[in-house]
Amino acid sequence: MAAMMTFTRLSDEEKYERFMQRIEAGEKIEADDWMPDEYRTALIKLIAMHAVSEIMGALPEKEWVPKAPSLRRKLGIMAKVQDEMGHGQLLLRVAEDLMAPLGKTREDILEDLLNERLKFHNVFHMAAPTWADAGLIGWLVDGAAIMTQTNMLDASYGPYARALKRICAEEVFHAQHGESIILALAEGTKEQKEMLQEALNRWWEALLMFFGPPTADTTGTSKQDITIKYRIRTKTNEQLRQDFFTKYVPRIWALGLKIPDETMHFDKEKGQWIYRQPDWERFKEIIRNNGPKSQERLELRRTAYKQNAWVREALGAVRTAG
Amino acid sequence: MERRDSAMSKTQVHFHPDGQEALVELLFQLADDDFLLAYRGSEWLGLAPHIEEDIAFSSISQDTMGHAAMYYQLLEDLGCGSADELAHARPAAARRNAVLLERVNGPGHYLREPRYDWAFTVVRQYFYTQAKRIRLESLTKRVYTPLAEVAAKIQVELHYHLLHWHTWFVQLTNAPGEARTRMTKAIQDVAADFAGVLTLGAKGADMVRWGLIDDEKVLTERTIAALAPAFAEVGLDWPMPFGMKHGNGRNGEHTPDLDEALATLSEVYRAVPHAVW
Ligand SMILES: [Fe+2]
Ligand SMILES: [Fe+2]
Repeated sequence: MAAMMTFTRLSDEEKYERFMQRIEAGEKIEADDWMPDEYRTALIKLIAMHAVSEIMGALPEKEWVPKAPSLRRKLGIMAKVQDEMGHGQLLLRVAEDLMAPLGKTREDILEDLLNERLKFHNVFHMAAPTWADAGLIGWLVDGAAIMTQTNMLDASYGPYARALKRICAEEVFHAQHGESIILALAEGTKEQKEMLQEALNRWWEALLMFFGPPTADTTGTSKQDITIKYRIRTKTNEQLRQDFFTKYVPRIWALGLKIPDETMHFDKEKGQWIYRQPDWERFKEIIRNNGPKSQERLELRRTAYKQNAWVREALGAVRTAG
Repeated sequence: MERRDSAMSKTQVHFHPDGQEALVELLFQLADDDFLLAYRGSEWLGLAPHIEEDIAFSSISQDTMGHAAMYYQLLEDLGCGSADELAHARPAAARRNAVLLERVNGPGHYLREPRYDWAFTVVRQYFYTQAKRIRLESLTKRVYTPLAEVAAKIQVELHYHLLHWHTWFVQLTNAPGEARTRMTKAIQDVAADFAGVLTLGAKGADMVRWGLIDDEKVLTERTIAALAPAFAEVGLDWPMPFGMKHGNGRNGEHTPDLDEALATLSEVYRAVPHAVW
């Protein structure tokens, strides 16, 4: 109590100093703790975007849920997509706590998504026209997500770090689910192998983009400096992309697949993978909701939102009556 | 557990040869019912009224798909073909599901303009789950042990499904204004086809004779008794009589909705013949 009293009397600079000392000492910040506005804003942006990406991320795979080619695959992909919605829900709650002092709720997040004020992850703007795409998303997109999320497992913001722990545990199953689909295709008929190679060709650039631009001057919007300063993450975008190559490029080659970048190789002297940069101008367009499927998928959610308006109204009435 | 009929043993996968036809028929009804409704449920993914419901509904649809898979497996064990083939490759005329369960969720397509009807979905799920529970209760007590065992497993999960749909049913029907109007209309709509869920079809009498399940009249009475308290809760008249407006699916009569569903759910399965997925 005495400590509380003293703390409230501190100037903002002193509070900030204490805050930085805490996170540098590896302490976790909790929802009700004092935090600088810049930190709160960065977290809200990051976590809200993560939440809506999980929700929008369910949509490309959703296309394949009713079509999955066996009972086992139908059950597997249903469970996977359900998990993604669960991640969205978990993250919305974390974001809501951070937004409470600003008088905002999850409704604001979901409306911002539909009104295009809130962006979602570049990969979920892409088309998934075959069953192989559904497998590839599980294997490589979830594989990439594991890398970026593991990078934040020790985030200074406790509620986010704890949510990520749960999410990462499930992502491992998603990657296995995806890999199992991919293996069946890679060992399958000529048509199945072609289907798989085409899916890889389609997704390669989006996978490179997944980790974000290497430096702020590529797009002028990199958030990585702030998130590193506040110990939300440790590795840079480029380090993560290199980790991804190290883990997956040999596996992709081992399956007999060709990576659609003939410059791709590991430079032993430099100790890093050499690759062709994706088109970062295109990346900017995609995350502005001008990707191949951006509008169609947003429209799907808008239609459902409108269609269910009466249900929300009825639930609201019940709640007020109760 | 009560003593099973001596004609059965635990590992036996062959029923009395003369009764096998009735058993297979019953299993197809059970499997196809759950399979088609789980499929319709899976189309809702990402479109439910709120995110918690999306998760809960998806979990119920997975359970239901899992139930279908267990029944198809029993058919596979009886030598009727592989479970996947039975689920994906049988034409509409061979399907034995009730027509109510194949009907679309509403206008539109699950990927384009899905103007799905939550009221219809809630009422269909609630009515069906009650009928399913009554049917399972009967199955667990009957002579074909592999089926009785599967039914007992499914029963455990059904408790939660029933609670879920009952809550929605009462909450929405008791909400004022548009919700009550929509729910009342949906009840009429579901009732018009609900007799198709309750019937055991042309081979029903054989199923009863071979001790596989109770008579459909008894099952119907029990289902009505199970649904009645909910109607008292929402203060609505009982929507009798139930009909088979769009045909009797047990006898292979189906709607174009089923053709569309089968085309979609087997699209990849059929894409590369004899492939392993
Ligand atoms: Fe996820
Ligand atoms: Fe995932």
